[in-house]
Amino acid sequence: MDILLQDVGYSYAKDTPFEKRALHHVNLHIPSGSYTAIIGHTGSGKSTVLQHLNALLKPTEGTVMIGERKIEEGTKAKNLRDIRRQVGIVFQFPEQQLFDETVLKDIMFGPLNYGVPEEEASRRARELVQQLGLPEDVLEKSPFDLSGGQMRRVAIAGVLAMEPDVLVLDEPTAGLDPRGRREIMDLFYRLHVEKGLTTVLVTHSMEDAARYADQIAIMHGGKCVVTGDPVTIFSNEEQLHDYRLEPPRSVRLQRQFEEKMGIKLDAISLTEEALAKNIAQALQKGRDAE
Amino acid sequence: MNSIIMSLENVTFTYAPEDESVRPAVADLSFTIEEGEWIALVGHNGSGKSTIAKLMNGLLFPNSGKVTAMGKPMSEETLWDIRSQMGMVFQNPDNQFVGATVQDDVAFALENNGVPHEEMVVRVKESLRQVKMEDYMDQEPHHLSGGQKQRVAIAGALALRPRLLILDEATSMLDPQGRMEVIETIRELRKATGLTVISITHDLEEAALADRLIVMNQGHKQLEGSPEQVFRSGSELIKLGLDLPFAMRMTHLLRKEGVDIKGEHMTEDELVDELWTSYSKM
Repeated sequence: MDILLQDVGYSYAKDTPFEKRALHHVNLHIPSGSYTAIIGHTGSGKSTVLQHLNALLKPTEGTVMIGERKIEEGTKAKNLRDIRRQVGIVFQFPEQQLFDETVLKDIMFGPLNYGVPEEEASRRARELVQQLGLPEDVLEKSPFDLSGGQMRRVAIAGVLAMEPDVLVLDEPTAGLDPRGRREIMDLFYRLHVEKGLTTVLVTHSMEDAARYADQIAIMHGGKCVVTGDPVTIFSNEEQLHDYRLEPPRSVRLQRQFEEKMGIKLDAISLTEEALAKNIAQALQKGRDAE
Repeated sequence: MNSIIMSLENVTFTYAPEDESVRPAVADLSFTIEEGEWIALVGHNGSGKSTIAKLMNGLLFPNSGKVTAMGKPMSEETLWDIRSQMGMVFQNPDNQFVGATVQDDVAFALENNGVPHEEMVVRVKESLRQVKMEDYMDQEPHHLSGGQKQRVAIAGALALRPRLLILDEATSMLDPQGRMEVIETIRELRKATGLTVISITHDLEEAALADRLIVMNQGHKQLEGSPEQVFRSGSELIKLGLDLPFAMRMTHLLRKEGVDIKGEHMTEDELVDELWTSYSKM
């Protein structure tokens, strides 16, 4: 499902003395099936954009197209049920939204609310628990007896149980240890591929953006200033710098290596693994030329 | 020899004392922290780090063992005095806000501690400047982004001019630049005031800046030492759900690709230097 922001502006507390402008003329196209990373300095408007993707916020100017639905100022809230099912948002620290007696009930809550039969909701919950690498006996436990990392997974399962077409992730690994972080990011990528999801990742991690995304959008001062593929975005260091961002560490080390050795690697290294390969190749080439 | 600001002796704590099948969150843990040190407490999720933070400020009391802070044994009688010398910043800033504006929020604890108004105004300004949020004094906290909120929370702790600052994953929500700003602020503060810092973190790059690391695993202390000593244990850290600093990961990946690297490099500079020395004649 495509999402299209056209000339979107948003002001918090509009028409009050506390009015604060958060977005200016944002144009952003999230194509169906893409993995889009939204990056930007703290306070650049990333989270405000995110809340427009399932009409939690309605633009105070411009329009948001979510699939066939047009959202603008004054769109009635009661017609947004379908959108909320189709676009699932995993907020920061989603485990804070857990509430039910058991993990099973918590995961089933969303689907049941949308009229999914109990049997089907329960089937989804069992399948998801397995997919997310949780032990099966977790289903009958209270979500509050689980570890932080497990609670995070249960909360994510609750969003996935709605079977959304678009999955929006707001810093989904904040607070997780390095292993948990990698496992969850790999899981989202697997789901993206297997279920053909449209994925939107809001992140501070240039490394995650470079590793997983096929489209990157940079937010700066409430505007969407650049969109492009990761190679183009992370090759332009001057531009990143203007928006107070840095390339991923692998790219920074590549530049350091190139400068010291006085050679240029063939391609930009978006991941650590790619950098190791590119360096090994360059060194081998040097050997062969001797 | 500096004085000891915090010590734990054989501390055990369990959230379910009646159920023996539940592993204690912290088991037989001992360590001491000297005034002026920067300690990083690292470990996987559920390793007991946050429980330790709560034991250190008397939010929890051990089932057995002893906590001594600021030279006093932690007890119901001493904890208010101990806490007044301790600033704490938690992971999620949304749970820490009370003020209607940024400056009200920073002033809140000062007001509670009876700091006179003129002094309060000075300290609020100063601590907001230290975290580079002075331009936001009159903003409502809920309009700030996550990272900005966390800087304000840190300012709130700094305003009390604590001897000990405990950061419980406090920089985990900041963008890389914001995180460096805060770490830099803390470094400067330490230089200027001798502030003791305990940072609880998953961020190995942040931990690498500390004087000493304490690595937790399943409620036990697994490793302790300088960053160099701890990172030398390489694969053991990965088994513990942690990671290696970037330069060490790259060293391992390069070896896998057949590049000949002898050293275990902690920094990118060292790594590139070795590559240059062994390959530059080509």
